[in-house]
Amino acid sequence: MSVETVARPHVQNFIDWAADKPEVVVLSADLTNSSEVGRWRDTYPDRFFSMGMAEQHMLSFAGGLAREGYTPFIHTFAVFIYRRAYDQLAMSVAYPNLRVRMIGFLPGILTPGGVTHQAIEDVAILRATPNMTVLETGDATEVESVLDVAQAVNGPVYVRMLRGGVPRLFPRTDPMRLDRVRVLAEGTDVALITSGVETEEGLRAVHALRRRGVGVQHLHVSTHKPFDDPAILAALERTRAVVTAENHTVVGGLGSAIAERLADHGLGRKLVRVGLQDTYAHGASREHLMREYGLDAAGIVRAVERATGEQLGLSDEELAAEPMDTQPEVVVSAANADSL
Amino acid sequence: MGSVVVPAWQARTSAVATGIRLRVFEHVLANGEGYLSQACSAAEMLAMLYTRTLRLAELPEPIRPGPFTGTPGRANPGYQTGAVYHGPKAAELDRFIFSPAQYALALYATLIEVGRLAPDGLDRFNEDGGTVEMIGAEHSPGIETTTGSLAQALSQAAGIALARRMRGDSGLVWVLMSDGEFEEGQTWEALASAAFHGLDNLRAVVDVNGQQCDGLVTSVGNLDRLPERVRAFGASCDEVDGHDLDALDEAMRRPTPGRPHIVLCRTDPAHGVPLLREKAPLLHTLRFASPAEKARYQEAYEDMVREAPR
Repeated sequence: MSVETVARPHVQNFIDWAADKPEVVVLSADLTNSSEVGRWRDTYPDRFFSMGMAEQHMLSFAGGLAREGYTPFIHTFAVFIYRRAYDQLAMSVAYPNLRVRMIGFLPGILTPGGVTHQAIEDVAILRATPNMTVLETGDATEVESVLDVAQAVNGPVYVRMLRGGVPRLFPRTDPMRLDRVRVLAEGTDVALITSGVETEEGLRAVHALRRRGVGVQHLHVSTHKPFDDPAILAALERTRAVVTAENHTVVGGLGSAIAERLADHGLGRKLVRVGLQDTYAHGASREHLMREYGLDAAGIVRAVERATGEQLGLSDEELAAEPMDTQPEVVVSAANADSL
Repeated sequence: MGSVVVPAWQARTSAVATGIRLRVFEHVLANGEGYLSQACSAAEMLAMLYTRTLRLAELPEPIRPGPFTGTPGRANPGYQTGAVYHGPKAAELDRFIFSPAQYALALYATLIEVGRLAPDGLDRFNEDGGTVEMIGAEHSPGIETTTGSLAQALSQAAGIALARRMRGDSGLVWVLMSDGEFEEGQTWEALASAAFHGLDNLRAVVDVNGQQCDGLVTSVGNLDRLPERVRAFGASCDEVDGHDLDALDEAMRRPTPGRPHIVLCRTDPAHGVPLLREKAPLLHTLRFASPAEKARYQEAYEDMVREAPR
């Protein structure tokens, strides 16, 4: 089977989902079409509110709405939610534990907009923020089902959202569930724990690693906080080494969360964290940045080599052409070329 | 000259304003330091709000402040905000959002004067494990939101105002602010947005006492022509003497269809306690330099008690 690429899954799904939820309102800060809520605005003009390009005000305003029983869905780029307006997020929303849903687009290096647009430490900061629930979508099924997961949480929720052409890696019948990882492969040599778009790269890496006889326990994480699924500990216990991969700095995100679990449970495992190595990035295409910072399948395979101490003899060229483990060919949609 | 007839409401409001200053003054003397100038400048504004302007539910009896029972969160479903001191909410009633959390002592004194906080409530001010916090928190008496990081209240109140408009509530959303907050960019974001959305159920009274933590506002930043600036952002704006009850009443009642309303109240941070002027420009908190100085303040306090309306 080949991977289907779904064009802009959030657009119609959010419109349909909100139809019978009059308490759901949208706040936007001048990135309405860029956050895929232009049609939502046109469908529900009485429930859409432009806040101006004023994110600090928007976060506090959302807190006020939530106190009165509405559920604001903030739609803007991820970086402008937590970095531009962190004090407002913490004091007007998170401290009072209000039902505000912060839908953050273009997480990590998924934007060519450069350092100002790249949310590279959001998971770290919001994981450290009490009362927060932190989610990350990894495919079209998760883009479609994350709304139900978020809406069931009685508190603030931050979502790393995917837009544009999004691959469907998981069946529609298997929606995202809060604090539940997906086990994508079973093996006892190395645990590979990936989130967001790194899961696509992980699937390619696993395909190559399998051919070299490496047994991989591959987990896909869509809930960064809470982070208590027993399947995580089980994967760490049954394998000899651990590799994490995240579209984020390696400080404070998924890799750190796994390091915390290893330490919490007294497990001695070599851990290699794929991600931005405590650096800012720059403006370039997704493919270029993933290669430059070692976030692609080849980067994950090299990390597995470091974690296990075994050289696998796979060339970069070979790995770049690697299909995902689940199917013979990878469909990369033209719609996936992210624009501002 | 004919004698001036003071309406009954003014006698009451004036007595509450004096009571606010006296309670805060008494507390600062007992405590050895505290936020006195804020009570001096804002006493009439607070008294107006709680005796004349705000439509709030009556309480059967003043509330005794309870212990701190934890921060809001999933593990603490019983968390209550200081809104309980304002009585049950209703569509036709107003809401009051208190922005400068550093004015908490003056607010607590107000709540005692109007019978919403138990008379001995100030005894628990700044007490470890209590709710009558020095910088008012969301669980402190009369405080409904978290605002100690300044300039977030107006935006929160605007969100509440929009929700109330969508619901068809007739009640208003009032905010008390301090002038220093107009140095924060968020205040201007909030004004522009509230005007853009035509939130005429949102109203703010601002204590323009010319004071902030570092001293005179004019030494910290530039708030020149504040009324013009506020109007330029699309809000309605009145500028009044913040100790003149008639002027306050007229400005606070003014209907402003389609626009949020901001009442800038020019005030004197030593109003009622002229001795404080010796400390100018550092009036943010009063600390006594010597026992002799404290004795002079004690004397001033006793003079105020003697002259207070009964």
